[in-house]
Amino acid sequence: MKKSTQTDLIVRSSERLSDSAVLVSMQACDPVPDVRPGQFLQLLLPSCKGAYLRRPYSIHDFDSETGTVSLLVQMVGTGSRAVAELKAGDVVNALMPLGNGFDLESQPGNSLLVAGGVGMAPMYLLGKELKAMNRNFTFLFGARGEKQLLRLEAFRSLAPVAISTQDGSVGETGLVTDNSILAKGGFDSIFCCGPTPMMKAVAKYASQNNLPCQVSLEHHMACGMGACLCCVEDTVEGHVCVCKEGPVFDIKKLKWQI
Amino acid sequence: MADLKTKIGSLELKNPVLTASGTFGYGLEYQDYMDISKLGGIIVKGTTLAPRQGNPYPRMAEVHMGMLNAVGLQNKGVDYFVNNIYPKIKDIDTNMIVNVSGSSIPDYVETAARIDGLDRIPAIELNISCPNVKQGGMAFGVNPASAAQVVDAVRKAYSKTLIVKLSPNVTDIAEIARAVEGAGADSVSLINTMLGMAINAETRRPVLSTVTGGMSGPAVKPVALRMVWQTAKAVKIPVIGLGGIQCATDAIEFLLAGASAVEIGTANFVDPAISEKVAVGIGEWLDRHGCKSVAEIVGALEC
Ligand SMILES: Cc1cc2nc3c(=O)[nH]c(=O)nc-3n(C[C@H](O)[C@H](O)[C@@H](O)COP(=O)(O)OP(=O)(O)OC[C@H]3O[C@@H](n4cnc5c(N)ncnc54)[C@H](O)[C@@H]3O)c2cc1C
Ligand SMILES: Cc1cc2nc3c(=O)[nH]c(=O)nc-3n(C[C@H](O)[C@H](O)[C@H](O)COP(=O)(O)O)c2cc1C
Ligand code: FES
Repeated sequence: MKKSTQTDLIVRSSERLSDSAVLVSMQACDPVPDVRPGQFLQLLLPSCKGAYLRRPYSIHDFDSETGTVSLLVQMVGTGSRAVAELKAGDVVNALMPLGNGFDLESQPGNSLLVAGGVGMAPMYLLGKELKAMNRNFTFLFGARGEKQLLRLEAFRSLAPVAISTQDGSVGETGLVTDNSILAKGGFDSIFCCGPTPMMKAVAKYASQNNLPCQVSLEHHMACGMGACLCCVEDTVEGHVCVCKEGPVFDIKKLKWQI
Repeated sequence: MADLKTKIGSLELKNPVLTASGTFGYGLEYQDYMDISKLGGIIVKGTTLAPRQGNPYPRMAEVHMGMLNAVGLQNKGVDYFVNNIYPKIKDIDTNMIVNVSGSSIPDYVETAARIDGLDRIPAIELNISCPNVKQGGMAFGVNPASAAQVVDAVRKAYSKTLIVKLSPNVTDIAEIARAVEGAGADSVSLINTMLGMAINAETRRPVLSTVTGGMSGPAVKPVALRMVWQTAKAVKIPVIGLGGIQCATDAIEFLLAGASAVEIGTANFVDPAISEKVAVGIGEWLDRHGCKSVAEIVGALEC
């Protein structure tokens, strides 16, 4: 059985969520193998836009019945700006799904889903899956300010959302690791995606409190399928490919100094 | 339908398309996207005597129409290859070729000798672009004498088809190719990556952990074509051309310049099924031009 496929995606809609983020919804032209939360796709953009290699994006939402896939993308450079310019009817090409995804079985019980910035992207599909499994969970999002918090209503329809902003414009003021929800505790495990300093701080909290924790890394990639060895993370097992053995890692496997 | 069969020394390829080392894993990684047995051959990841962790991350940077890499030959060593990978790839119905690297002549010889014993590996591609640790880290492939020395030593230890992969980071590629031919190579392949670098102006820092890295992709194609053309005129052994091939037309250009076969590298990352498409496209081009075989166009450049 195929684990991944190459398919064209027809853009159905694109919505500007903030100055720097878009939500793009696309439909796959070919059957897509099973998608797990935390997996990603490799998107090929029109070559005239200047991005030569594919760009990796988390699968934000996926409907296996209709083959609809959506991405939450932050504009940081050539490729992501090309994503933001996509319009309904445009066709792009994707390799999907890729990577391991979150391991839900190994982290049962009440979970905290922590994300910062565009790290919110994989948390939606993860939340949908946990809800379908009737599991208890809460989101904890961190951002510079209100504008950087994306799709809060959609997230709230799945589970309670706790918020920390650096400017205090919404939720508690400070970093996610300062949020009172962590002090209250009561969680059995953590799933996390966001900027590396944030993930390291969350990993530190998790290890101090003996909570199992998985983080999703965003290394620069070329192939996205374990062929080029460009995307490695140094782990207790040596250099491993983030695209194939990740992007999700149990923090115990990482060599982070926390 | 034109006959796509090609020969590299005594090695028969069902078509002239191979995949380039370091860009196609062990072939297995691509099975979800194409039928890898449709290729003329697959050149697997660079293999060294001892396991290597490679360079620290970050190891890649995109450049205009191409990329830089500084993977640094990460692999689990030749014994791991023989015991764990070979059993998984030996029944793939195409030529599985191992790219052999080393940092000393005894390393190269020992690695080649161990692969010589594997029935289903009909050829090796000797990567002489690696630094020669004993001689101050200069690559074996940048001077004719050291290139000939390593090829001569490996030739004595390896009985099957010996392809030698040349570095483009030299002044006179034809001279190196002749030296390697004289030392007993059955074929030369070129080009390996071109030394380059990338800088992040915002941070004032190099993008790669190693500062410099190897450039590949469409941006290097004109240089690769020129070197293949010069080399094909200089040697009698078959030349395998690569560097920036993205489509069948690119591949035809290399054949016209004198290559008997081609390798596809970085383009596999853009379209994982591209190598199979290039093979089909070469056949279509030959039919359209009324050619009966690949051999008819090898070196058929009219200038
Ligand atoms: C598994 C995975 C999942 C991801 N999921 C998402 C997602 O859901 N939404 C999203 O917006 N982004 C996601 N990213 C990051 C995304 O791939 C990059 O930000 C990409 O858009 C950069 O391409 P660019 O052409 O826009 O930037 P470039 O023009 O290539 O670079 C612009 C800047 O972005 C930095 N950059 C480039 N690539 C990356 C990268 N992979 N990670 C971090 N910084 C990078 C560069 O260093 C540079 O400073 C993910 C990355 C990975 C590996
Ligand atoms: C990520 C990466 C890894 C590579 N690893 C090897 C290697 O292990 N041995 C080798 O001989 N060449 C290696 N190469 C070089 C390619 O095989 C090829 O010579 C080069 O990329 C030029 O071809 P291209 O432009 O079609 O990619 C590597 C190239 C890339 C991009
Ligand atoms: S991006 Fe090529 S191995 Fe991960």
